[in-house]
Amino acid sequence: MKPSSFGYSRPESVAEAVQVLASIGPDGKVLAGGQSLVPLLNMRLAAPTHLVDINRLSELAFISVADGQVTVGATARHADVLRDPVAATAQPLLRKALTLVAHPVIRNRGTTVGSIVHADPSGEMTAVLALLGGSVRLASTSGQRCVPAEEFFLGPLESDVRPDELATEASFPVLPPSAGCAFAEVSRRQGDYAICGVAALIELDTEGIVTRARAAYLSVSGTPLVLDLTAACGDVGGDLIEADFAEAGRLAMSQVRPTDDIHATASYRRHLVGVLTERALHEAHQQARERAGG
Amino acid sequence: MADTGLANTRSANSGPTYSGPVNSGPANAERAQARSARDQLFDVRLVVNGIVHTVIVPARRLLSDCLRHDLRLTGTHVGCEHGVCGACTVLVDGVATRSCLMLTVSADNAEITTVEGLTEPDGTLSPVQQAFTDCHGLQCGFCTPGFLTTITAALAENPEPSHDEAREIIGGNLCRCTGYQNIVKAVLRAAELKRRRSS
Amino acid sequence: MFGEPIARLEDDRLLRGHGAYLDDLGHDALAAAFVRSPHAHARIVDIDVSGALDVDGLIAIYTYEDLPGRVAEPLPLLIPHPSLTHPRTGFPLAADEVNYMGEPVVMVIAADRYLAEDAAEAIIVDYEPLPAVVGVEAARDGEHLVHADVPGNVAAELTQSNGDAVAAIAAAPHVLELDLTIERSASSPLEGRGVLARWDTESKRLRIWSSTQTSTGVRAAVAAKLDLALADVDVITPDVGGGFGVKIMHPWPEEVLVPWAVKLLGRPVKFTEDRAEHFISSAHERGQRHRVRVGFDDDGRVLGLDVRFWHDNGAYIPYGLIVPIITSTQLLGPYKPGAYRVEFTSLYTNTVIVTPYRGAGRPQGAFVMERTMDAIAAALGLDRTLVRERNFITPEEMPYDHGLIFQDGRPLIYDSGDYPASLAKIKALVGWDSFPAVQAEAREHGRNLGIGLACYVEGTGVGPYEGAHVVVETSGKVKVATGLTSQGQGHQTVFAQIVADELGVPIGDIEVTTGDTRAFAYAVGTFASRAAVMSGSAIALAARTARAKAIRIAAAALEASPDDMEIVDGVVRVKGDPASAIGIGTVAVLSNPLRYAFDEAAKAATQFAGGDIDKPPVAAGEAPGLEGREFFSPIRSTFASGMHAVIVETDPRTAEIKILRYCVVHDCGTLINPRIVEGQIHGGVAQGVGGALYERMAYDEYGQLQNASFMDFLMPYVSEAPDGIEIDHLETPSPLNPLGIKGAGEAGVIPGAAVFASAIEDAEGFPITAMPISPSELFELRQLHRRG
Repeated sequence: MKPSSFGYSRPESVAEAVQVLASIGPDGKVLAGGQSLVPLLNMRLAAPTHLVDINRLSELAFISVADGQVTVGATARHADVLRDPVAATAQPLLRKALTLVAHPVIRNRGTTVGSIVHADPSGEMTAVLALLGGSVRLASTSGQRCVPAEEFFLGPLESDVRPDELATEASFPVLPPSAGCAFAEVSRRQGDYAICGVAALIELDTEGIVTRARAAYLSVSGTPLVLDLTAACGDVGGDLIEADFAEAGRLAMSQVRPTDDIHATASYRRHLVGVLTERALHEAHQQARERAGG
Repeated sequence: MADTGLANTRSANSGPTYSGPVNSGPANAERAQARSARDQLFDVRLVVNGIVHTVIVPARRLLSDCLRHDLRLTGTHVGCEHGVCGACTVLVDGVATRSCLMLTVSADNAEITTVEGLTEPDGTLSPVQQAFTDCHGLQCGFCTPGFLTTITAALAENPEPSHDEAREIIGGNLCRCTGYQNIVKAVLRAAELKRRRSS
Repeated sequence: MFGEPIARLEDDRLLRGHGAYLDDLGHDALAAAFVRSPHAHARIVDIDVSGALDVDGLIAIYTYEDLPGRVAEPLPLLIPHPSLTHPRTGFPLAADEVNYMGEPVVMVIAADRYLAEDAAEAIIVDYEPLPAVVGVEAARDGEHLVHADVPGNVAAELTQSNGDAVAAIAAAPHVLELDLTIERSASSPLEGRGVLARWDTESKRLRIWSSTQTSTGVRAAVAAKLDLALADVDVITPDVGGGFGVKIMHPWPEEVLVPWAVKLLGRPVKFTEDRAEHFISSAHERGQRHRVRVGFDDDGRVLGLDVRFWHDNGAYIPYGLIVPIITSTQLLGPYKPGAYRVEFTSLYTNTVIVTPYRGAGRPQGAFVMERTMDAIAAALGLDRTLVRERNFITPEEMPYDHGLIFQDGRPLIYDSGDYPASLAKIKALVGWDSFPAVQAEAREHGRNLGIGLACYVEGTGVGPYEGAHVVVETSGKVKVATGLTSQGQGHQTVFAQIVADELGVPIGDIEVTTGDTRAFAYAVGTFASRAAVMSGSAIALAARTARAKAIRIAAAALEASPDDMEIVDGVVRVKGDPASAIGIGTVAVLSNPLRYAFDEAAKAATQFAGGDIDKPPVAAGEAPGLEGREFFSPIRSTFASGMHAVIVETDPRTAEIKILRYCVVHDCGTLINPRIVEGQIHGGVAQGVGGALYERMAYDEYGQLQNASFMDFLMPYVSEAPDGIEIDHLETPSPLNPLGIKGAGEAGVIPGAAVFASAIEDAEGFPITAMPISPSELFELRQLHRRG
């Protein structure tokens, strides 16, 4: 399984990169980690005419925490983000999700921005961006624009990035003080794409009542599905168990439209939405209570 | 690679028996027909197991194929070419990487370690290699180079893995022969041998 | 050395990255690639190669039209059988019709594989799709046919029986009926197939390397197809990255076409398949549907067993009926039903061909028998091990004749085994008797635990024969050759262990060659867990011959009696008199009387150096050289056995299935190298887990294989394999070979589906009748049983 021919550029700066992208036409593609793209090339399921290899853009290899955002540059590897202690403290969901992405060696090379641009509805990081209401910055010869998560994912494997644009960074809002997050997923083998996955966020008020409960879902829709489950979480404060989130689980189940495939039935996926919503909300709630100090 | 042109075969020169109207072919066939130019070639400098090589390759040449066929380092094996089996894993600047998912051109100026480079300079097996034979951690040996490089890099970062960490270290590599039992043991044995050798 | 768990002699080379697998060879060779059918069933209307002609580095393109004489004939039917009334095999390149997605249609030869794939992609084949027959039910219905001249898609029907099972069931106090299904899976070694060939224009000889399990099989088939004398064809097996059965199939289309093209082009050509090709153009196995009727008494004794099953053999049937015959016979396991009848129908479908995959029909047989035993136990409210015990063949009843014909064409007679002792061991190992309490306590904490057990018997060491050549060189080094092949079983090591013991030489002085027709040309191949039994025995016999000769020659030279001689550490000497000794290398020198001394050592064998002038230099009936060349051909197979037990936990909410403990009791007779045997068990168990919980070839109704990659065909990583496999051994030596060995290669996988079904059923409380089972499927079954 060998790729078909393509032209190749390896720009040394973002400015050079966008120039090349502007010149190569719609069948060009950006090559970052390659862990999603190169298998497609090898199988000849994708045959871009030209690749723009951005791996030398060290200016984009950053991970920063500022202004309430964790910002990850386009050439920062999953493994780097996973390891980064400042990012992990500021937004624990990043590490929780990244641990579930493929296997360590894939994470060594794959980039977080790359997987977001790849827009796989089974991708953990797409769900994280959607859940947290993050954004992606895109650069081109016409300038820059910032696309919020809710406008970024257009369909399965389809994002809002135009052919002449380079995604330079993705930003994730930090976790507020009285909030908690969690990621729960079921996959066939460890490291496989999830059959169903849930990223959850809970915020508490000073009385420990849930003021916000949001969840984003993997593998049950063409784009990451984000649901507001606040109303279903009730007005009870204090320590809660999984079963206390059953209504939120049922609400989520009623909102999803999963499909059958060779790995799982739609009804099983729907069932998992309920179970994993309970589990993820519960775990997020625990963390929120810890962080709120009560 | 000498271009001998087309051999004297009936099909290549005169076409097959089947002829007649050509239905519009699949999209990839049309695309393949549109390309008549040779692949553009790139000079790539690779430092492999400490030795500098310059290769001249098309952009699409995978690092796995370059190592195996251009540099004749056939210890790195190809099991799937979609990044799942891990047999092709090498160290790129010390980082375990799937060589089947890397273009040779992307590896320009990189320092690469393959299984051949794990052996000590005096020819002794490295702790990881030795551990594999101590623990019967290989049978057909095809997946083994990918495990050896992966484990070597992992032990550099975590020299004293627990049993569960040992399982995580090898979690992304497929083996069809061993059932993994002895490979897990080999990880822990390698850590032990490393400790002994450094003391 | 025999019985020692020594480290493997193969390892050093492989660990250094100095293995030589097929694709590591032939750097100067041209590359082959294929245009393969995207349709499961279609007529070929037109092939337009014009688009490929301007691909740089293209050398040649071949279609069926270009194939001459025998090459254009169908590929051979390897194992004919009188009941195989409608055998069909494919052409090396499809002629008018394609019958499975993946069938080769056009061969492209180019300067390298990238260019060959470019050319292949540019070739346009015009197909007229035909209805695809997929799965046993569609084949059985017969509404559409795979082959127009095969009515009902039936390749074969075969019934075997012992006693009158139908009558016995009719008269039995209890009767049960079960429908049991196993889905298709595949060997899937990490290294796919590959073949490299060179034609020597001067000597007019063909040399082939193939990643095969049978060098002699490939040689015979290719020589026949290309009209070459066997003597003009060498087949060499390089290092092979796993076989697990799929590489016993031969000749692949590519194994015929590549040598043929090489002869035509006068240049070496190499074909290395990629992973996608392996999924769609090698071979699969396991897909069968079974209907069981069993009659039993109040004690759970089986009075009559009637099994009807349907075997999906894929688009062609080159390997004949071996897999379903093995199911038919090995289904009996360690039991003696009062009467037994088994009938199968082998059906064509528009899918990849079916040839043996480790276990080769035994996993299906074990699944059927073990589910039946569990069902009997459930019906009577008896312990599952008690029912089994009551049906066991006992050691006193050995040898036990089942009255059937086995896959080797010989009577199914178990030679030895102690099933009651194995059962006692597995129960002790897993804690069978104390498990109900463990399970009850877990239930109180909301956890579902279940325990399963499965027994199997495996006919190993299948004939017709293997041979060996042991040569002691004048240096004292010993060269051993046998014709069958190696794919990681440690043959270099275990065969050397045998010779070290039999001949009395240091193991480091022994070099073993397998699978090279230049070194040994009479062989069958590596399959059916036969290598240790067959080649091991032949090697032992050949070493004994060499040993006897060494002693004879040394005794004459030392003027001692052969009965007083021994060989220790490569030195032939008089027992108790170390000074009276000759190195075995020197004995080798003496064994070949010379006129011309070519070095110092050789002088000892020249005509003026001594020797009895009243006897001819080479005695009548002898030959020069210190060698042994022997064959081993047993009267029939020898029967290994084992029992597995597993404790699983099923998640009450997500239906995920987790392995808590996996236990094995295993009897393969005497063990040459216990560590290597355990390694074989580990690997087999992992494949059993794969087959029970993860692996399935997912064909859609159009015959499209939907999971032709490692992403979606789910082979176990370490995370899916058991964390620890507990093994206990039993050794009932085989009376059928000089070493008492039974085969071990397939044992680990055989009871996999059976043992997991048993455990999951125990955890869930409803029947599990189809494998593999995923959490999604378990969830759906839960819904079904809750509703119903």
